[in-house]
Amino acid sequence: MKQKIRDILGKHGGLPVPVETLADDADLYAAGLSSFASVQVMLGIEEAFDVEFPDNLLNRKSFQSIAAITRAVEGLTGSAEAAE
Amino acid sequence: MTMTVGTSFAERAQRVSAVAAVHADDVDAKGRFPREAVDAMIAERLLSIQIPKSLGGEDASVSEIAEACSLLGQSCSAAAMVFAMHHIKLSSLVSHGVGDSWHSAFMRRVSDEQLLLASATTEGGIGGNLRNSICAIEVDGDTCRLTKDATVISYGAHADAILITSRAHTDAASTDQVMTVFTKDQYTLEQTHVWDTLGMRGTCSDGWLFKGEAPKEQILPKPFAEIAAQSMLATSHLLWSAVWYGIAVNAVSRAQAYVRAAARKSPGVTPPGALRLAEASNLLQLVKSNTIAGLREYEAAKADPDRLSSMGFAVAMNNVKIASSETILAIINQAMLIVGIMGYKNGTPFSIGRHLRDAHSAQLMISNDRILGNTSNLLLVHKQDTSLIG
Repeated sequence: MKQKIRDILGKHGGLPVPVETLADDADLYAAGLSSFASVQVMLGIEEAFDVEFPDNLLNRKSFQSIAAITRAVEGLTGSAEAAE
Repeated sequence: MTMTVGTSFAERAQRVSAVAAVHADDVDAKGRFPREAVDAMIAERLLSIQIPKSLGGEDASVSEIAEACSLLGQSCSAAAMVFAMHHIKLSSLVSHGVGDSWHSAFMRRVSDEQLLLASATTEGGIGGNLRNSICAIEVDGDTCRLTKDATVISYGAHADAILITSRAHTDAASTDQVMTVFTKDQYTLEQTHVWDTLGMRGTCSDGWLFKGEAPKEQILPKPFAEIAAQSMLATSHLLWSAVWYGIAVNAVSRAQAYVRAAARKSPGVTPPGALRLAEASNLLQLVKSNTIAGLREYEAAKADPDRLSSMGFAVAMNNVKIASSETILAIINQAMLIVGIMGYKNGTPFSIGRHLRDAHSAQLMISNDRILGNTSNLLLVHKQDTSLIG
Protein backbone atom coordinates (compact mmCIF):
# COMPACT_ATOMS: atom_id res chain seq x y z
CA MET A 1 0.00 0.00 0.00
CA LYS A 2 2.79 2.39 0.93
CA GLN A 3 4.46 1.92 -2.45
CA LYS A 4 1.19 2.59 -4.25
CA ILE A 5 0.77 5.77 -2.21
CA ARG A 6 4.33 6.77 -3.01
CA ASP A 7 3.65 6.25 -6.72
CA ILE A 8 0.55 8.44 -6.59
CA LEU A 9 2.45 11.09 -4.65
CA GLY A 10 5.21 11.02 -7.23
CA LYS A 11 2.71 11.37 -10.07
CA HIS A 12 0.37 14.01 -8.64
CA GLY A 13 2.24 15.61 -5.73
CA GLY A 14 4.19 18.09 -7.84
CA LEU A 15 7.06 17.78 -5.37
CA PRO A 16 10.35 19.46 -6.21
CA VAL A 17 12.23 16.42 -4.84
CA PRO A 18 11.96 12.71 -5.82
CA VAL A 19 9.54 10.77 -3.57
CA GLU A 20 12.22 8.10 -2.98
CA THR A 21 14.25 10.65 -1.04
CA LEU A 22 11.43 11.18 1.47
CA ALA A 23 11.13 9.13 4.66
CA ASP A 24 7.69 7.80 5.60
CA ASP A 25 7.39 10.39 8.34
CA ALA A 26 8.88 13.32 6.35
CA ASP A 27 6.71 16.47 6.37
CA LEU A 28 5.25 16.62 2.87
CA TYR A 29 4.30 20.29 3.18
CA ALA A 30 7.88 21.18 4.11
CA ALA A 31 8.93 19.12 1.09
CA GLY A 32 6.81 21.41 -1.11
CA LEU A 33 3.36 19.79 -1.30
CA SER A 34 0.91 22.59 -2.15
CA SER A 35 -2.74 22.56 -1.13
CA PHE A 36 -3.71 22.23 -4.80
CA ALA A 37 -1.47 19.20 -5.26
CA SER A 38 -2.70 17.61 -2.03
CA VAL A 39 -6.21 17.51 -3.49
CA GLN A 40 -4.89 15.88 -6.67
CA VAL A 41 -3.13 13.27 -4.52
CA MET A 42 -6.38 12.65 -2.61
CA LEU A 43 -8.23 12.12 -5.90
CA GLY A 44 -5.54 9.71 -7.07
CA ILE A 45 -5.79 7.74 -3.82
CA GLU A 46 -9.60 7.68 -3.88
CA GLU A 47 -9.47 6.19 -7.36
CA ALA A 48 -6.64 3.72 -6.67
CA PHE A 49 -8.07 2.32 -3.42
CA ASP A 50 -11.74 2.84 -4.28
CA VAL A 51 -12.34 4.86 -1.13
CA GLU A 52 -13.86 8.25 -0.38
CA PHE A 53 -12.32 10.54 2.18
CA PRO A 54 -14.91 11.68 4.70
CA ASP A 55 -14.82 15.38 5.62
CA ASN A 56 -13.14 14.74 8.96
CA LEU A 57 -10.08 13.45 7.11
CA LEU A 58 -9.97 16.31 4.62
CA ASN A 59 -7.42 18.37 6.48
CA ARG A 60 -3.73 19.09 6.44
CA LYS A 61 -2.94 16.52 9.10
CA SER A 62 -4.14 13.53 7.09
CA PHE A 63 -1.72 14.42 4.30
CA GLN A 64 1.20 15.59 6.44
CA SER A 65 3.34 12.52 5.65
CA ILE A 66 3.33 9.24 3.74
CA ALA A 67 2.74 7.49 7.08
CA ALA A 68 -0.28 9.72 7.82
CA ILE A 69 -1.80 9.03 4.38
CA THR A 70 -1.24 5.29 4.88
CA ARG A 71 -3.00 5.41 8.27
CA ALA A 72 -5.92 7.29 6.74
CA VAL A 73 -6.27 4.82 3.85
CA GLU A 74 -5.90 1.82 6.21
CA GLY A 75 -8.63 3.31 8.39
CA LEU A 76 -10.93 3.67 5.40
CA THR A 77 -10.32 0.25 3.82
CA GLY A 78 -10.35 -1.44 7.26
CA SER A 79 -13.65 0.10 8.27
CA ALA A 80 -15.12 -0.78 4.88
CA GLU A 81 -14.23 -4.46 5.40
CA ALA A 82 -15.60 -4.41 8.95
CA ALA A 83 -18.90 -3.07 7.69
CA GLU A 84 -19.36 -5.88 5.18
CA MET B 1 -19.85 43.16 34.01
CA THR B 2 -19.71 46.95 34.27
CA MET B 3 -19.99 48.99 31.12
CA THR B 4 -19.47 52.72 31.33
CA VAL B 5 -21.24 54.80 28.69
CA GLY B 6 -19.07 55.49 25.71
CA THR B 7 -16.42 52.85 26.30
CA SER B 8 -17.70 49.87 24.32
CA PHE B 9 -15.70 48.87 21.26
CA ALA B 10 -18.51 50.05 18.98
CA GLU B 11 -18.80 53.43 20.69
CA ARG B 12 -15.06 53.97 20.46
CA ALA B 13 -15.06 52.92 16.79
CA GLN B 14 -17.97 55.27 16.17
CA ARG B 15 -15.92 58.20 17.47
CA VAL B 16 -13.01 57.22 15.21
CA SER B 17 -15.46 56.88 12.32
CA ALA B 18 -16.62 60.47 12.90
CA VAL B 19 -13.02 61.69 12.65
CA ALA B 20 -12.40 59.54 9.55
CA ALA B 21 -15.52 60.95 7.86
CA VAL B 22 -14.17 64.50 8.04
CA HIS B 23 -11.00 63.59 6.16
CA ALA B 24 -12.22 60.78 3.88
CA ASP B 25 -12.55 62.87 0.72
CA ASP B 26 -9.14 64.47 1.22
CA VAL B 27 -7.51 61.08 1.90
CA ASP B 28 -9.07 59.81 -1.33
CA ALA B 29 -8.27 62.83 -3.47
CA LYS B 30 -4.63 63.03 -2.38
CA GLY B 31 -4.10 59.27 -2.04
CA ARG B 32 -2.66 59.95 1.39
CA PHE B 33 -2.53 57.91 4.59
CA PRO B 34 -5.59 58.46 6.84
CA ARG B 35 -3.40 59.87 9.62
CA GLU B 36 -6.18 61.57 11.57
CA ALA B 37 -8.29 58.40 11.69
CA VAL B 38 -5.34 56.23 12.73
CA ASP B 39 -4.38 58.77 15.42
CA ALA B 40 -7.97 58.54 16.65
CA MET B 41 -7.71 54.70 16.71
CA ILE B 42 -4.57 55.09 18.81
CA ALA B 43 -6.28 57.60 21.15
CA GLU B 44 -9.19 55.15 21.57
CA ARG B 45 -6.67 52.29 22.03
CA LEU B 46 -8.37 50.30 19.30
CA LEU B 47 -5.14 48.84 17.90
CA SER B 48 -4.78 46.39 20.82
CA ILE B 49 -8.36 45.29 21.52
CA GLN B 50 -7.77 41.82 20.03
CA ILE B 51 -4.78 41.08 22.29
CA PRO B 52 -5.47 38.97 25.42
CA LYS B 53 -6.07 40.93 28.62
CA SER B 54 -3.05 39.21 30.17
CA LEU B 55 -0.87 41.00 27.59
CA GLY B 56 -2.49 44.40 27.96
CA GLY B 57 -5.31 44.01 25.43
CA GLU B 58 -9.07 43.62 25.77
CA ASP B 59 -9.83 40.13 24.39
CA ALA B 60 -12.06 41.47 21.60
CA SER B 61 -13.65 38.75 19.47
CA VAL B 62 -13.41 38.74 15.68
CA SER B 63 -17.09 39.76 15.55
CA GLU B 64 -16.41 42.81 17.71
CA ILE B 65 -13.49 43.77 15.48
CA ALA B 66 -15.67 43.23 12.40
CA GLU B 67 -18.27 45.61 13.83
CA ALA B 68 -15.55 48.26 14.23
CA CYS B 69 -14.39 47.62 10.64
CA SER B 70 -17.94 48.13 9.39
CA LEU B 71 -18.38 51.36 11.38
CA LEU B 72 -15.12 52.73 9.99
CA GLY B 73 -15.99 51.54 6.48
CA GLN B 74 -19.14 53.64 6.64
CA SER B 75 -17.02 56.80 6.69
CA CYS B 76 -13.58 56.06 5.19
CA SER B 77 -12.77 52.82 3.36
CA ALA B 78 -9.02 53.41 3.56
CA ALA B 79 -9.01 53.94 7.33
CA ALA B 80 -11.26 50.90 7.75
CA MET B 81 -8.98 48.76 5.58
CA VAL B 82 -5.87 49.87 7.49
CA PHE B 83 -7.63 48.91 10.72
CA ALA B 84 -8.72 45.56 9.24
CA MET B 85 -5.26 44.72 7.91
CA HIS B 86 -3.65 45.60 11.23
CA HIS B 87 -6.02 43.24 13.04
CA ILE B 88 -5.52 40.49 10.44
CA LYS B 89 -1.79 40.60 11.25
CA LEU B 90 -2.54 40.73 14.95
CA SER B 91 -4.77 37.63 14.64
CA SER B 92 -1.72 35.66 13.50
CA LEU B 93 0.22 36.80 16.58
CA VAL B 94 -2.67 36.14 18.94
CA SER B 95 -3.41 32.71 17.43
CA HIS B 96 0.16 31.50 17.08
CA GLY B 97 2.44 33.63 19.25
CA VAL B 98 0.89 33.60 22.71
CA GLY B 99 2.99 30.72 24.05
CA ASP B 100 6.17 32.24 22.73
CA SER B 101 8.15 34.67 24.88
CA TRP B 102 9.31 37.14 22.23
CA HIS B 103 5.93 37.38 20.53
CA SER B 104 4.09 37.68 23.86
CA ALA B 105 6.38 40.53 24.87
CA PHE B 106 5.82 42.12 21.47
CA MET B 107 2.04 41.96 21.89
CA ARG B 108 2.45 43.75 25.21
CA ARG B 109 4.43 46.42 23.34
CA VAL B 110 1.65 46.70 20.73
CA SER B 111 -0.77 47.31 23.61
CA ASP B 112 1.41 49.74 25.52
CA GLU B 113 2.60 51.75 22.53
CA GLN B 114 -0.40 51.18 20.18
CA LEU B 115 1.92 49.97 17.40
CA LEU B 116 0.52 49.70 13.87
CA LEU B 117 1.32 46.40 12.09
CA ALA B 118 1.65 46.00 8.33
CA SER B 119 1.89 42.94 6.12
CA ALA B 120 4.35 41.95 3.40
CA THR B 121 3.13 38.76 1.75
CA THR B 122 3.24 39.87 -1.89
CA GLU B 123 6.47 39.47 -3.81
CA GLY B 124 7.60 40.23 -7.34
CA GLY B 125 7.60 37.00 -9.38
CA ILE B 126 5.15 34.87 -7.35
CA GLY B 127 2.15 35.81 -9.49
CA GLY B 128 -0.03 36.91 -6.60
CA ASN B 129 0.01 33.55 -4.79
CA LEU B 130 0.91 34.44 -1.23
CA ARG B 131 1.46 30.76 -0.37
CA ASN B 132 4.66 30.90 -2.39
CA SER B 133 7.86 32.77 -1.66
CA ILE B 134 10.99 33.34 -3.64
CA CYS B 135 12.95 35.15 -0.94
CA ALA B 136 14.37 33.12 1.94
CA ILE B 137 15.21 34.10 5.47
CA GLU B 138 18.85 33.51 6.35
CA VAL B 139 19.57 32.42 9.87
CA ASP B 140 23.11 33.14 11.00
CA GLY B 141 23.74 32.24 14.64
CA ASP B 142 21.11 34.13 16.64
CA THR B 143 20.34 36.58 13.83
CA CYS B 144 18.01 36.35 10.86
CA ARG B 145 18.25 38.44 7.71
CA LEU B 146 15.77 38.95 4.90
CA THR B 147 15.66 40.89 1.64
CA LYS B 148 12.31 40.90 -0.16
CA ASP B 149 11.06 42.59 -3.30
CA ALA B 150 7.70 43.37 -1.75
CA THR B 151 5.62 44.77 -4.59
CA VAL B 152 2.88 45.76 -2.14
CA ILE B 153 3.18 46.72 1.50
CA SER B 154 0.03 48.62 2.45
CA TYR B 155 0.89 51.68 4.59
CA GLY B 156 4.44 50.30 4.78
CA ALA B 157 5.88 53.75 5.29
CA HIS B 158 3.53 54.40 8.22
CA ALA B 159 3.77 51.09 10.08
CA ASP B 160 5.65 50.44 13.31
CA ALA B 161 6.34 46.80 12.44
CA ILE B 162 5.97 44.52 9.42
CA LEU B 163 5.01 40.83 9.43
CA ILE B 164 6.70 39.39 6.39
CA THR B 165 6.68 35.98 4.72
CA SER B 166 9.62 34.15 3.18
CA ARG B 167 10.87 30.64 2.57
CA ALA B 168 11.83 29.00 5.88
CA HIS B 169 15.53 28.72 4.97
CA THR B 170 17.72 29.07 1.91
CA ASP B 171 17.12 25.46 0.75
CA ALA B 172 13.38 25.42 1.48
CA ALA B 173 10.70 24.70 -1.13
CA SER B 174 8.73 27.75 -2.30
CA THR B 175 5.68 26.66 -0.25
CA ASP B 176 7.70 26.00 2.92
CA GLN B 177 7.27 29.44 4.42
CA VAL B 178 7.61 31.27 7.70
CA MET B 179 6.43 34.65 8.90
CA THR B 180 8.71 36.98 10.81
CA VAL B 181 8.06 40.16 12.77
CA PHE B 182 10.46 43.01 12.10
CA THR B 183 10.12 46.25 14.03
CA LYS B 184 10.68 49.59 12.37
CA ASP B 185 14.20 50.00 13.73
CA GLN B 186 15.16 46.61 12.22
CA TYR B 187 14.46 47.25 8.53
CA THR B 188 14.91 49.68 5.68
CA LEU B 189 12.43 50.27 2.86
CA GLU B 190 13.38 51.51 -0.57
CA GLN B 191 10.36 52.50 -2.63
CA THR B 192 9.90 50.62 -5.91
CA HIS B 193 6.23 51.25 -6.83
CA VAL B 194 3.77 54.08 -6.26
CA TRP B 195 0.17 53.31 -5.27
CA ASP B 196 -1.85 55.54 -7.61
CA THR B 197 -5.12 53.68 -8.03
CA LEU B 198 -8.79 53.88 -8.91
CA GLY B 199 -9.90 53.44 -5.31
CA MET B 200 -8.68 52.52 -1.84
CA ARG B 201 -6.20 55.28 -2.48
CA GLY B 202 -5.47 56.01 1.16
CA THR B 203 -4.10 52.55 1.99
CA CYS B 204 -0.85 53.75 0.37
CA SER B 205 -0.02 50.21 -0.76
CA ASP B 206 3.25 51.17 -2.36
CA GLY B 207 5.94 48.67 -3.41
CA TRP B 208 9.15 48.41 -1.40
CA LEU B 209 12.47 46.67 -1.37
CA PHE B 210 12.56 45.38 2.21
CA LYS B 211 15.86 44.68 3.96
CA GLY B 212 15.72 43.54 7.56
CA GLU B 213 17.88 42.04 10.28
CA ALA B 214 16.59 40.85 13.65
CA PRO B 215 17.08 38.23 16.38
CA LYS B 216 15.92 34.87 14.97
CA GLU B 217 13.39 34.41 17.82
CA GLN B 218 11.20 36.91 15.94
CA ILE B 219 10.36 34.21 13.38
CA LEU B 220 6.88 32.92 14.26
CA PRO B 221 7.23 29.38 15.62
CA LYS B 222 4.61 27.82 13.28
CA PRO B 223 4.81 27.16 9.51
CA PHE B 224 3.14 29.98 7.59
CA ALA B 225 0.87 27.39 5.91
CA GLU B 226 -0.81 26.82 9.27
CA ILE B 227 -0.88 30.52 10.12
CA ALA B 228 -2.50 31.26 6.76
CA ALA B 229 -5.11 28.51 7.08
CA GLN B 230 -5.94 28.98 10.76
CA SER B 231 -5.94 32.74 11.23
CA MET B 232 -4.91 34.89 8.31
CA LEU B 233 -7.13 33.78 5.43
CA ALA B 234 -10.26 33.49 7.54
CA THR B 235 -9.82 36.82 9.32
CA SER B 236 -8.93 38.50 6.01
CA HIS B 237 -12.12 37.36 4.31
CA LEU B 238 -14.25 38.21 7.34
CA LEU B 239 -12.79 41.59 8.24
CA TRP B 240 -12.58 42.69 4.61
CA SER B 241 -16.21 41.69 4.19
CA ALA B 242 -17.04 43.82 7.23
CA VAL B 243 -15.26 46.82 5.68
CA TRP B 244 -17.05 46.28 2.35
CA TYR B 245 -20.38 45.91 4.10
CA GLY B 246 -19.69 49.28 5.76
CA ILE B 247 -19.00 50.93 2.39
CA ALA B 248 -22.24 49.53 0.98
CA VAL B 249 -24.22 50.55 4.07
CA ASN B 250 -23.14 54.15 3.62
CA ALA B 251 -23.96 54.15 -0.10
CA VAL B 252 -27.44 52.81 0.66
CA SER B 253 -27.86 55.37 3.46
CA ARG B 254 -27.12 58.12 0.97
CA ALA B 255 -29.54 56.67 -1.57
CA GLN B 256 -32.20 56.34 1.12
CA ALA B 257 -31.70 59.96 2.22
CA TYR B 258 -32.15 60.98 -1.42
CA VAL B 259 -35.36 58.98 -1.84
CA ARG B 260 -36.78 60.24 1.47
CA ALA B 261 -36.05 63.85 0.52
CA ALA B 262 -37.94 63.31 -2.74
CA ALA B 263 -40.82 61.61 -0.89
CA ARG B 264 -41.17 64.50 1.54
CA LYS B 265 -41.41 66.99 -1.30
CA SER B 266 -44.34 65.21 -2.89
CA PRO B 267 -46.28 63.15 -0.35
CA GLY B 268 -48.61 60.60 -1.91
CA VAL B 269 -46.30 59.97 -4.85
CA THR B 270 -43.77 57.14 -4.54
CA PRO B 271 -40.37 58.52 -5.67
CA PRO B 272 -38.87 56.81 -8.73
CA GLY B 273 -35.92 55.36 -6.81
CA ALA B 274 -38.01 53.74 -4.07
CA LEU B 275 -38.27 50.33 -5.69
CA ARG B 276 -34.56 50.18 -6.42
CA LEU B 277 -33.92 51.16 -2.80
CA ALA B 278 -35.95 48.16 -1.67
CA GLU B 279 -33.83 45.96 -3.93
CA ALA B 280 -30.59 47.46 -2.59
CA SER B 281 -31.80 46.90 0.96
CA ASN B 282 -32.46 43.27 0.12
CA LEU B 283 -28.95 42.77 -1.25
CA LEU B 284 -27.45 44.59 1.73
CA GLN B 285 -29.18 42.16 4.06
CA LEU B 286 -27.68 39.25 2.09
CA VAL B 287 -24.17 40.64 2.59
CA LYS B 288 -24.86 41.20 6.27
CA SER B 289 -26.23 37.68 6.79
CA ASN B 290 -23.37 36.17 4.85
CA THR B 291 -20.77 38.02 6.88
CA ILE B 292 -22.42 37.22 10.21
CA ALA B 293 -22.69 33.54 9.28
CA GLY B 294 -18.98 33.52 8.43
CA LEU B 295 -18.09 35.23 11.70
CA ARG B 296 -20.14 32.68 13.67
CA GLU B 297 -18.50 29.81 11.86
CA TYR B 298 -15.06 31.21 12.64
CA GLU B 299 -15.89 31.81 16.32
CA ALA B 300 -17.20 28.24 16.56
CA ALA B 301 -14.14 26.73 14.87
CA LYS B 302 -11.56 28.96 16.53
CA ALA B 303 -10.59 26.63 19.36
CA ASP B 304 -10.16 23.65 17.03
CA PRO B 305 -7.10 23.78 14.73
CA ASP B 306 -8.31 20.69 12.81
CA ARG B 307 -11.61 22.37 11.97
CA LEU B 308 -9.83 25.59 10.99
CA SER B 309 -7.58 23.59 8.67
CA SER B 310 -10.47 21.63 7.17
CA MET B 311 -11.65 21.97 3.60
CA GLY B 312 -15.20 22.70 4.64
CA PHE B 313 -14.04 25.73 6.59
CA ALA B 314 -11.85 26.98 3.72
CA VAL B 315 -14.76 26.63 1.27
CA ALA B 316 -17.06 28.54 3.64
CA MET B 317 -14.61 31.42 4.11
CA ASN B 318 -13.87 31.60 0.37
CA ASN B 319 -17.61 31.80 -0.29
CA VAL B 320 -18.04 34.64 2.21
CA LYS B 321 -15.39 36.66 0.39
CA ILE B 322 -16.70 35.97 -3.12
CA ALA B 323 -20.28 36.82 -2.20
CA SER B 324 -19.60 40.02 -0.30
CA SER B 325 -17.06 41.39 -2.79
CA GLU B 326 -19.39 40.82 -5.74
CA THR B 327 -22.61 41.87 -4.09
CA ILE B 328 -21.42 45.23 -2.77
CA LEU B 329 -20.73 46.33 -6.34
CA ALA B 330 -24.32 45.53 -7.31
CA ILE B 331 -25.58 47.39 -4.24
CA ILE B 332 -23.49 50.52 -4.78
CA ASN B 333 -24.35 50.55 -8.47
CA GLN B 334 -28.00 50.40 -7.46
CA ALA B 335 -27.46 53.32 -5.07
CA MET B 336 -25.89 55.28 -7.92
CA LEU B 337 -28.90 54.61 -10.15
CA ILE B 338 -31.23 55.80 -7.39
CA VAL B 339 -29.40 59.05 -6.76
CA GLY B 340 -28.43 59.75 -10.36
CA ILE B 341 -26.18 62.64 -11.24
CA MET B 342 -26.01 63.89 -7.64
CA GLY B 343 -24.41 60.58 -6.76
CA TYR B 344 -22.07 60.59 -9.74
CA LYS B 345 -20.87 64.08 -8.88
CA ASN B 346 -18.24 64.52 -6.16
CA GLY B 347 -18.84 66.82 -3.22
CA THR B 348 -22.62 66.44 -2.83
CA PRO B 349 -24.25 64.93 0.28
CA PHE B 350 -25.25 62.02 -1.99
CA SER B 351 -21.89 61.41 -3.75
CA ILE B 352 -21.26 57.70 -4.31
CA GLY B 353 -18.28 57.80 -6.67
CA ARG B 354 -15.72 57.14 -3.94
CA HIS B 355 -17.75 54.20 -2.64
CA LEU B 356 -17.97 52.68 -6.09
CA ARG B 357 -14.26 53.12 -6.79
CA ASP B 358 -13.24 51.73 -3.39
CA ALA B 359 -15.63 48.79 -3.77
CA HIS B 360 -13.97 47.78 -7.04
CA SER B 361 -10.88 46.71 -5.08
CA ALA B 362 -12.86 43.98 -3.32
CA GLN B 363 -12.85 41.50 -6.21
CA LEU B 364 -9.15 42.04 -6.79
CA MET B 365 -7.56 41.93 -3.36
CA ILE B 366 -6.84 38.25 -3.59
CA SER B 367 -8.40 37.84 -7.01
CA ASN B 368 -11.83 36.23 -6.96
CA ASP B 369 -10.72 34.07 -9.88
CA ARG B 370 -7.91 32.69 -7.74
CA ILE B 371 -10.28 32.05 -4.84
CA LEU B 372 -12.86 30.36 -7.07
CA GLY B 373 -10.05 28.24 -8.53
CA ASN B 374 -9.07 27.21 -5.03
CA THR B 375 -12.66 26.38 -4.07
CA SER B 376 -13.24 24.42 -7.27
CA ASN B 377 -10.17 22.31 -6.49
CA LEU B 378 -11.40 21.63 -2.94
CA LEU B 379 -14.85 20.66 -4.20
CA LEU B 380 -13.30 17.80 -6.15
CA VAL B 381 -13.02 15.95 -2.85
CA HIS B 382 -14.97 17.95 -0.26
CA LYS B 383 -18.65 17.09 0.05
CA GLN B 384 -20.93 20.05 0.60
CA ASP B 385 -22.60 20.66 3.95
CA THR B 386 -26.26 19.96 3.30
CA SER B 387 -27.60 21.18 6.64
CA LEU B 388 -29.30 24.56 6.92
CA ILE B 389 -28.49 25.49 10.51
CA GLY B 390 -25.49 23.31 11.42
